[in-house]
Amino acid sequence: MNSAETRFEFFTVASLTRIGNLSAGTLAELLTGLEQCSDASIFHHTFQTLGTHHFLTEGFSNDFAQWVLADANRDALAEQLAALDIRDYPSIAALREGLCRVVRAFCEQRPEHARQSALERFYFCESVEVTVPFGFAAANLDEFRDGIVRISHASFFFHFISSRLRLQLRTNDFSHWLANGLGLMSLAENINRIDIYTNTLDSARAKLLRLLDRERRKHESSADSRPHSTR
Amino acid sequence: MNQVQIAGRIPLDDYAAVIGAGELDELRALAKPLHGRTVEMVNSTAVGGGVAEILNRFVPLAEELGLRIRWDVMTGGEDFFEVTKAFHNALHGSPYHPEPRHFDIFRAYTELNLHRLSLDSEFVVIHDPQPAALISARKQSPAHWIWRCHIDLSHPDRAVWEFLEPYISHYDGAIFSSPEFARQLSIPQYLFHPAIDPLSEKNRDLPPEFIADVLSRFHIDPLRPILTQISRFDRLKDPVGVIRAYQIVKRYFDCQLVLAGGSASDDPEGAEVLKEVRHAAAGDTDIKVLELPAWAPLEVNALQRASTIVIQKSLREGFGLTVSEALWKKKPVVASAVGGIPTQVIHKHTGLLAHSVEGTAYQIRFLLSHPEIATRLGERGHAHVKENFLITQKLKRYLTLFLMLARKQGT
Repeated sequence: MNSAETRFEFFTVASLTRIGNLSAGTLAELLTGLEQCSDASIFHHTFQTLGTHHFLTEGFSNDFAQWVLADANRDALAEQLAALDIRDYPSIAALREGLCRVVRAFCEQRPEHARQSALERFYFCESVEVTVPFGFAAANLDEFRDGIVRISHASFFFHFISSRLRLQLRTNDFSHWLANGLGLMSLAENINRIDIYTNTLDSARAKLLRLLDRERRKHESSADSRPHSTR
Repeated sequence: MNQVQIAGRIPLDDYAAVIGAGELDELRALAKPLHGRTVEMVNSTAVGGGVAEILNRFVPLAEELGLRIRWDVMTGGEDFFEVTKAFHNALHGSPYHPEPRHFDIFRAYTELNLHRLSLDSEFVVIHDPQPAALISARKQSPAHWIWRCHIDLSHPDRAVWEFLEPYISHYDGAIFSSPEFARQLSIPQYLFHPAIDPLSEKNRDLPPEFIADVLSRFHIDPLRPILTQISRFDRLKDPVGVIRAYQIVKRYFDCQLVLAGGSASDDPEGAEVLKEVRHAAAGDTDIKVLELPAWAPLEVNALQRASTIVIQKSLREGFGLTVSEALWKKKPVVASAVGGIPTQVIHKHTGLLAHSVEGTAYQIRFLLSHPEIATRLGERGHAHVKENFLITQKLKRYLTLFLMLARKQGT
């Protein structure tokens, strides 16, 4: 079995929610908040909330969409916001612009709705993250699989979803290491294609494990079929 | 003695069956850099109330993770607790006209406790307004002081808040249960949701025979739908509104209503509300108004587990942790969109929200007509609580906060 020169170290992340000073009672105020809030706030209400609500796989993708649906009662706008896929944005600045573009267009087309009061206010919060090593690392596919089984939801989320921002690439820590550390390009691509919106973290992890097992079987059978050397 | 000695510990490993081994490993990984660090929790009562209930569980778990944690209770006379009760209500927005001597009483007992309590830990967490002024002990110490506010400060009485605010602004941070409850402060404010303990008597699994026995004891028919609201008899919980919603549902479904809460014998307003509830329920034997003893966790647990739908039709609410209790038991919940309830009940995902008697009745009818949707909401609600509102999550948040503060200081 191939070994990587650089081991994959499993980390976990714990985050705190910091309450900000901005809030919105109308869609127009939501737009102002989206334009002015910190990057940590955009991260919190999109990436972070996807992690804490990972068990919801139908129609819930970020806090902005949920508030527009439940409190501002604008289904079509909520749908548009929910359809934004965080994987399409390699930076928070790009994601912020994507969110603003959708809300701005609505406010311009429906100024009377933009000023209507929502049932409850939206409070802009931020995520403050602390990362710590889990205490184990992987050098090959078997050890990597063991690690994937052992890690927590938060760790899986950190490596598989929020890593995109760190890498500034449309990939994740797992795929990045499998491609660059073990040279398993096709496996890396298949893992990166797992849909984080229609899977829970558990089902995404189960799919990832199935892909790893298929790869391991492939390696085992190619090792078996290799002619034995004779002295 | 100010330090609370805790009996009846549940080992951390027991939670693995509930949250998974990976989550426990994560708690251990977070606690590792904090091993041996000292923590002091301070509140104003060792028994009764949600804070004491959660500290009873929290402290032993933190200790098992290697923190040197102690829980101290501040002492005070009747005059002190009368003043702090009035402060508490005033901070919630009730009208209050404080006299200078009230502030003197508060200061005098703070001074007394400054001599009694150790307050020398690296992390000091002060719960609620009663001990808030103990921050005076901090002086030049490098310790980290956090104020944990369990109450809603969105509309406080101005005089009381202006008295407390200078103390609060000396903390390193404040923790609130909901962004709505926070105030504009000069210190960082964090959001910590309240939590339930899945292994406590109120939430752990129960044998079906016990549940059947509780139903039989209260003359509840297990074969017909049971709608339940668990809450004290308080107008803000709108028990009469619940009866009106039930009466609408009753036109379509042969169901029963259980309204269960603590005894109202020592609470004059509660007794009055209970009278109104009994009056509204008069003549309908399918409405069970149950006055439970002050501490009846197993009965509450059994009633929630036996319910077809759990209701929380509050007019105003703090966090409303009974909602999480019901969701943990995979029950479909119909609740008002007030206070911390929408955080727990994500409309159409983990339960249904309503804004009126008629809306509550409609959502109940909808769920009784679509049991498969009710089941799905209950299952998702359980997952939501598991991810966000369990005591192990609370432990994780505190560990994260301590780690963050320690790293900021470079210790």
